[in-house]
Amino acid sequence: MKKLLSGNEAVARGAWEAGCEVATAYPGTPSTEILESITRYPEIKAEWSINEKVALEVASGASYAGARSLAAMKHVGLNVASDPLFTLSYTGIQGGLVVVSADDPNLYSSQNEQDNRHYARSAKLPMLEPSDSDEARRFAKIAFELSEKYDCPTLLRLTTRISHGESLTDLEERKMGPVAKKFDKNPAKYVMLPGYARTRHPLVEERMKNLKEFAETFAENRIEIGDKKIGIVSSGVAYQYSREAFPDVSFLKLGLVWPLPENLIKQFAGMVEKLYVVEELDPFLEDNLRMMGLALIGKDAFPICGELSPELVKKGVSGPDSVKEIKFDQTLPARPPILCPGCPHLGVFHILKKLKVFACGDIGCYTLAAQAPLNALHTCLCMGAGIGQSFGMEKALGKDAKVVAVIGDSTFYHSGITPLADIVYNRGKSTVIILDNLTTAMTGRQGHPGSGLDIYGRPSPVVDLEKLVQGLGVKRVAVVNPYDLLQLERVIKEEMEADEPSVIIARSACVLIPQFKSVRKKPVKVDLEKCDGCKICLQLMCPALTWAAKTEPGKKRKGHPLIDPLQCAGCEICLQVCAEAAIKREDQS
Amino acid sequence: MKPGSELINVLMVGVGGQGIILTSSILAAVAAESGLMIKKSEVHGMAQRGGAVSSHIRFGKKVYSPLIPAGEADILFGSELLETYRWLPYLKEGGKIIASLQEIDPPSVFRGERPYPEGLLEKLRQADPGLIALDALKEAVNLGDSRVAGIVLLGALSKLLDFKRELWLDKVKEMVPKKAVEINLKAFARGIELAK
Repeated sequence: MKKLLSGNEAVARGAWEAGCEVATAYPGTPSTEILESITRYPEIKAEWSINEKVALEVASGASYAGARSLAAMKHVGLNVASDPLFTLSYTGIQGGLVVVSADDPNLYSSQNEQDNRHYARSAKLPMLEPSDSDEARRFAKIAFELSEKYDCPTLLRLTTRISHGESLTDLEERKMGPVAKKFDKNPAKYVMLPGYARTRHPLVEERMKNLKEFAETFAENRIEIGDKKIGIVSSGVAYQYSREAFPDVSFLKLGLVWPLPENLIKQFAGMVEKLYVVEELDPFLEDNLRMMGLALIGKDAFPICGELSPELVKKGVSGPDSVKEIKFDQTLPARPPILCPGCPHLGVFHILKKLKVFACGDIGCYTLAAQAPLNALHTCLCMGAGIGQSFGMEKALGKDAKVVAVIGDSTFYHSGITPLADIVYNRGKSTVIILDNLTTAMTGRQGHPGSGLDIYGRPSPVVDLEKLVQGLGVKRVAVVNPYDLLQLERVIKEEMEADEPSVIIARSACVLIPQFKSVRKKPVKVDLEKCDGCKICLQLMCPALTWAAKTEPGKKRKGHPLIDPLQCAGCEICLQVCAEAAIKREDQS
Repeated sequence: MKPGSELINVLMVGVGGQGIILTSSILAAVAAESGLMIKKSEVHGMAQRGGAVSSHIRFGKKVYSPLIPAGEADILFGSELLETYRWLPYLKEGGKIIASLQEIDPPSVFRGERPYPEGLLEKLRQADPGLIALDALKEAVNLGDSRVAGIVLLGALSKLLDFKRELWLDKVKEMVPKKAVEINLKAFARGIELAK
C-alpha cells in the first residue's frame, strides 16, 4: 500500500519502521514536522528539547544505552549541535543514532543558506540524501543500519523541497534493531579524555575508509545509463530537477553524498562524453570530483545561491535560449508575512520605535518588526545573539547608548540564558525584553520549558521565568502587560536608565493559542467625527486596520482608517496610540 | 483534461489562511487515489503569517521535479486576485485559469501607501478567454461559512479534470473538519454548478 507523505512525515515513518525508540528536536523550519509526525507513533518517546545541542545529547545518551535514536533540526540547528556531533564521531554509538539536518536553499524561513554537507566531511560522518519521500523513509532506515555497522552517527540531509514536498511512499512494518539495551561501562570509548580520544581518532579514519569502500557498491549510488553524450552526477531534489530537464541522458545518482565512491564516479565519468555535476548550494560534489582529477562542468553553469529548478538545470546545460524566459511583474505590491492582528509584540515595538532605541533582535515572529514602516528591530543573527550583542554595543558605546535586547520566550530558553548570565557576571547594565507569548509561535506553536505543554500537548512542569532570571543575578525584573502602552513605556524607560542589568518580561499569550481567549475583547471601531486621518494607528502594522482614502468636504484629512471587525482581536493597542481618541470600544459613545 | 494520459501541472496560489494547503491536499489525494504518480510542493513557515502561499501539484504516469517548470502550469487556481495575477507567468500557453474574485489588500495597500492594482481580471481573461472567475467568498458566505470559499473553487476545478465525482466527494468528506462536512459538500456542488 502506498501513501502520500511529505518528506518529513516519511522520515518519521522510516524511524518508526527502523525501531527507533527516542526522538528529539527543537522546532525549526523546514524540519519541524518530523518530530510532530513522530508523536503519532506511541512506541517512540519524543520530546521538544530546549535546543538542538540538548536534543542531540539526549538522543546520543539513548543511543549509548542501546536504543535507536534520532535528533532532527534545521540546518542552523546543527551549528548549535555541532559540539556534541564532532566528538560523537569519536565515541561512536551503541543503538543507531541518526541526525537529520533540513537545509533551506533559498532561505524560505532562515537566516542563511549554509550547505550542511560540509558537516559530513568535517565531522567525518556518513551522510545520506533522499530525493523524494519514499527515499526519505528508506534512507532513514538505512541510516540506522549504517550507524550501527560503522559505529558512528549517520547524517540524513533533507532540503525544504524534500521536507515539505509530498510523494507516494511504500509502508513497511516496524522491526526492532539488533542492539541490546544496557549500560556499557567503557571509558576508552565514551570518556573523551585526550588519552582515550587519541586512540579513537585512528578508528575514525579507518571507519571512513571502510565507508568509502561501502559507498562503491551501495545500491543507492547508482548509474542510470541513457544518452551517453551527457552524464549528470546529482543527488537529492537536484536529481529530480535534472531528470525533469533531461529525462534521457545518463545519471550517477548518489544516495550517499559522503564519503564518495571514487571508483564508481570515475567509471561513470569514463562512460559519458560530457560530465556535469548538478547540486544545490555549494560545489561540494564538484570540488571533490575535481580533486579526483575529473574534468566537469558545475557551478560555472549552475548558481550557488538560491534553489535550483528544472529551468535552471536546462539553462546550465543547453544555454540561456533553451528556456522560455518568464518575467514576474515586479511592480505589483509584495505580500510579505506580517504580525497577526492583536499580536502582543505590536505594542512593544511601537514603544521601542517611539523611544528611538536600537533593538538587538533575535529569531521568531518578532523579527518581522524589522520591516517598514515599523523598522523597530535592528539586528537578527542567530538564536540568542541579541542579548550578547546588546552587551557588546553597551561596551562599545557606553551605558547611555539607547540599546535594548529583544528576544522571544522560546528563543530565550534555547540560547538566551547564558548571555544573560554573562551580562550579570561582567557587570553589564543591559536591558533585556523577553517577549513571552507562552509558545514557540513562528514554527507553529510548539511547547517549550516555559509553556506548560509537552510535545504531546500534555501538561508539563513550567520553568518560573522570573525566578530563573533572578537566579542568574538580575535584581531588576519587571513583568508587564504588552497591551498596556503607558506601563510599557514607563517601565522600558526606567529600566534603560537603571544602573544595573534588568529584564522586562512582556507577557501575553500568542493570539493563535487557546490562552489568548482570556485576553480577547470585542473589536474596536473608528469614530469618524474625531479621526483626523493622521495614520499613526496604521504605523502599528496591525492587519485589521486598513486605510480608506477619500476627500470629504470641510475636512482636512485625506481619508481615515477602517477596522475590520472580523480580524480585530480587541487588543486595544490602536485605541491607545490615537491622540484624538478616535478609536473606541463598541460600548463607548 | 485527462489525468494519466498526460502530465498535469496545477499551481494553486493565494494568501496564508485561505486554505490553499487544504485544497491542494484534497487534489493530491484524489490524484493519488486514482493510481497516478503525484508530487506536491509548497512552502510552510514564514509564509503562513498572511504572506503569499503557493502549492505545486503535479500528477501523471511519471513525475520527477516537485516544482512545476515556469511557464508549464496547465491550470492556475487562485483564491485571491492579485496572487493569481502575480503567478500568471507560470501558466502555459492555452492553460486554464480558475480565479476567485476575492481581493485581500497586501500591507502596502491596507496602509494606504498605494492602491490595489486594477484591471487584473481583464488581464487574466486575455491569457485565458475561457477563464472561470467566481465570487467564491460571496458564495461561501451565502452557504453560511466564509471558510468554504476554497472548496467552492475546488468544485469548479473538478470540472476541468477527468476524475470520478465520487472520488472528489470522498476526499472532501475525509479531509475537511468533521463538523463541517455537509457545508463543504454543498460548497463543492456549488462550485461545479458555477463552472458550467
